[in-house]
Amino acid sequence: MAAVKLSFSPAPVHVRTARLVGVAVARRAGVREDLLDEVRLAIGEACTRAVALHRQYHVPDPVLMEMDDTGSYTVRVIDRAPIEASIGLTALDADQLANESLDEDDLTTGVGFALLAGFVEDLQVRPVPEGIGTEVRMVWPVGR
Amino acid sequence: MELSLTTRTVGEHTVLEVGGEVDVYTAPRLRERLLELIDGGARQVVVDLGRVDFLDSTGLGVLVGALKRLRTVGGTFALVCDKEPLLKIFRITALDQVFPLHATVDAAVAAGPAA
Repeated sequence: MAAVKLSFSPAPVHVRTARLVGVAVARRAGVREDLLDEVRLAIGEACTRAVALHRQYHVPDPVLMEMDDTGSYTVRVIDRAPIEASIGLTALDADQLANESLDEDDLTTGVGFALLAGFVEDLQVRPVPEGIGTEVRMVWPVGR
Repeated sequence: MELSLTTRTVGEHTVLEVGGEVDVYTAPRLRERLLELIDGGARQVVVDLGRVDFLDSTGLGVLVGALKRLRTVGGTFALVCDKEPLLKIFRITALDQVFPLHATVDAAVAAGPAA
């Protein structure tokens, strides 16, 4: 059972709110202070990805973020975009990043995934158990 | 903190000082300003990230877009950044191999057109 749930319209302006809430709950849960910048960035990337998918596929439903501080700090960011659209995230190397033909959206997606994978040791991206969509699940240890 | 953008000229370089949070909401304003500068004739552009306290993939995408745009018109693009959390972002994404990164504006300007 999630301790805190946040549901927000898929608009870029709300991603900052999601970051602020996610970090506030992380701090209260006992996540180490030196990890909070990474928590903030990872939550931001997961929410940015969800908002981008909702906008790309014209899904008006809200993006859901669930935070659970039982044992560890677990954040699930759930989108409702078609599953096949969410699979196939790959990190890009320096040559690909500098390639003129790579457009900004694809670059941002690749960089976003690299940041998630780089900052979250315990990361899963998987289809939601019911219905359409994917969830990005991130877990951080708590210091209590 | 809201995004702040301030432009100044140092020699032949146009320095864009960025402050606050660069994310999916604010990055379009950064893109717009960079395009204005480049379309207005700036060819040696330095973006100073010294007062940035948050930078996400959207912001990084805008910076890469500016780098590529300047390359196509024979210009140069460099970043100023000495904050470890931001430098870590560049390392993790391999963008430290794409951007010329300098610790100070002076160093970026001194590196000149070869930057």
